[in-house]
Amino acid sequence: MTTPDKGPPPDLDALHRHAYALRRTMLQMAAGKGEGYIAQGLGFADCLAALYFGELRHDPARPDDPDRDRFLLSTGHYSIAMYAALAEAGYLDRDELPTYALNGSRLPMSTFDDLPGIEVVGGSLGQGLGQAVGMALGLRLDGSPARVFCEFSDGELDEGSTWEALMSGATFDCDNLVALVDCNGIQADGPVTVRIEPVADKLAAFGWDTVEVNGNDLGELTAALAGARAPDGRPKAIVMRTTPGYGVPTVMARERAHFVRIADGEWDGLLRELDEHYGVVAHV
Amino acid sequence: MSSTAPVAGRTRGMGELIDVPDKTTVLAPFGTTLAELGRERPEIVGLTADMGRYSDILPFRDAFPDRFFNVGMAEQNLISMSAGLAKVGKIAYCTTYSVFVTRRAYDFVAIACAHSKANVKIFAGMPGLVNGYGATHQATEDLNMMRGIADLTVIDPCDATELQQVVRAVADIPGTVYVRLPRGRVPVDLDPDSYRFEVGQAKQLRWGGTTGIISTGYMTARALDALSVVADRGIEAGVLHVPTIKPFDVASVLEFARGYERIVVAENHKTTGGLATLVIETLFDAGLLRPVERIGLADSFFECGSQEYLEAKYGVDLGRFVEVLTSSRT
Ligand SMILES: Cc1ncc(C[n+]2csc(CCOP(=O)(O)OP(=O)(O)O)c2C)c(N)n1
Repeated sequence: MTTPDKGPPPDLDALHRHAYALRRTMLQMAAGKGEGYIAQGLGFADCLAALYFGELRHDPARPDDPDRDRFLLSTGHYSIAMYAALAEAGYLDRDELPTYALNGSRLPMSTFDDLPGIEVVGGSLGQGLGQAVGMALGLRLDGSPARVFCEFSDGELDEGSTWEALMSGATFDCDNLVALVDCNGIQADGPVTVRIEPVADKLAAFGWDTVEVNGNDLGELTAALAGARAPDGRPKAIVMRTTPGYGVPTVMARERAHFVRIADGEWDGLLRELDEHYGVVAHV
Repeated sequence: MSSTAPVAGRTRGMGELIDVPDKTTVLAPFGTTLAELGRERPEIVGLTADMGRYSDILPFRDAFPDRFFNVGMAEQNLISMSAGLAKVGKIAYCTTYSVFVTRRAYDFVAIACAHSKANVKIFAGMPGLVNGYGATHQATEDLNMMRGIADLTVIDPCDATELQQVVRAVADIPGTVYVRLPRGRVPVDLDPDSYRFEVGQAKQLRWGGTTGIISTGYMTARALDALSVVADRGIEAGVLHVPTIKPFDVASVLEFARGYERIVVAENHKTTGGLATLVIETLFDAGLLRPVERIGLADSFFECGSQEYLEAKYGVDLGRFVEVLTSSRT
């Protein structure tokens, strides 16, 4: 088995800039569309920055490289965040981003794997992790150095299929698999009410090397990702506590954050809030 | 770079209330009727799988918080728990989107519910092409799947009038029922004073011409709309509305078909496996041969977008009905 090299220490400043850029792009994509899964996207931006500009071994010029690390976005409705990341990383032309969610766009409201850089069809939730386990096993059979990273949400912990996949990941010793659990505390009907906690303890009890981090802290995220490289025969899980709308106080304050509605005139204000959060002098 | 140029319009969000121009609408007819019925029948309980807001069941929750259970996004468990509640004497009304009931929880519907004739009433939201989130959310084969299960009743209501009556009617029949659920602002197309839904009965709504339309769900409303569009051209057609897909009203379909030279079947579903297949099978079995045209969806996965965009693109919009009606010699 190949040991992934330790690599240089992460450039946290650069990651911050990418996370800021992702958030800005998302707000611009959603602007004028009145609504969307912007709260989840803003909450998940730091993880995407840490993956695409740090942890993942990937080449946007070769999205079909058999030895690329795979990133699976199980929650297809986080598409806005995914497209922002794919554009920032060079998979997508920025000019295409404004078509997000429009009729006939290649960037629909939910993710489909006909777009380069998207590994699975999201949307029907609870289907990501099982596919990630299968990919991890197949890549291992082929002696590939590639690793598999799979995002899924706290809501997906309601689905039995997620727990079935968790057991498989441990049973088949998938140490080339990293689960990224986005615990943002909300699901479609409001706050998470199913008793999924304590998530980290449960995953550990299911045989996963588990750490819990503030998912909006790039230092904690990158340290957890570095710790997940150990080829010790066990799958890895990073339980990320994220804040929906992170970086944009008005969105963070929304009670119904699953699907926020924003009036046409409000978007510029949200961009200004984001700039303030990052201490950036307003763009003109 | 992109081969398809985006056109105006966009995917609507889950739970968005969409205006229906030129029609009277009822807001959340399912949940409001269920809340009324819940007052009359204390044995009714409500369940959802994290789709309360999006399936209109919240009026029932607000009226009877103790008799309402949100199981989280766990559709198999939703159906098993509903079966369990039914087996100790409750009538379990449960909701999520059609796709997640049919594709994910199919075995649970068949065994925990239908096989035991459990008193479970499944209200399945955003059936057919109604959902703009693409193939993952579009239950375009649900009628086919559900009618494949023995001892299951399958209903596709036309409008708010019919849905309100269905909510009450299914409480009075034993066993498991699958109902396609229109939500939000639901149009009124059938006259509440004269229209009466009966489980298992097809209803003739229009007479005349040489073309007979057999339709289910909101495609019946579309057929009626199309007939008003072509009326000034002197075109008439018969319309037989078939809300109950299973058990299928063979007698009414045959009687209706005998009166027309050409049959058009319309459904918000694939043209294979659903109503069209049933009609053709019924006619053929009876040796009654009529040319049959189908308005419905191809055997394919469909993309994301607004409902009008998708319906036009995939040939189930009003224009398609008008085209089919005007191509007939009436
Ligand atoms: C299998 C399945 N059931 C139901 C849905 C409808 N749905 C879409 S998002 C969502 C909430 C899922 O929870 P989570 O991903 O934690 O929500 P978020 O953090 O985005 O609010 C639900 C129930 C779905 N897409 N797939």
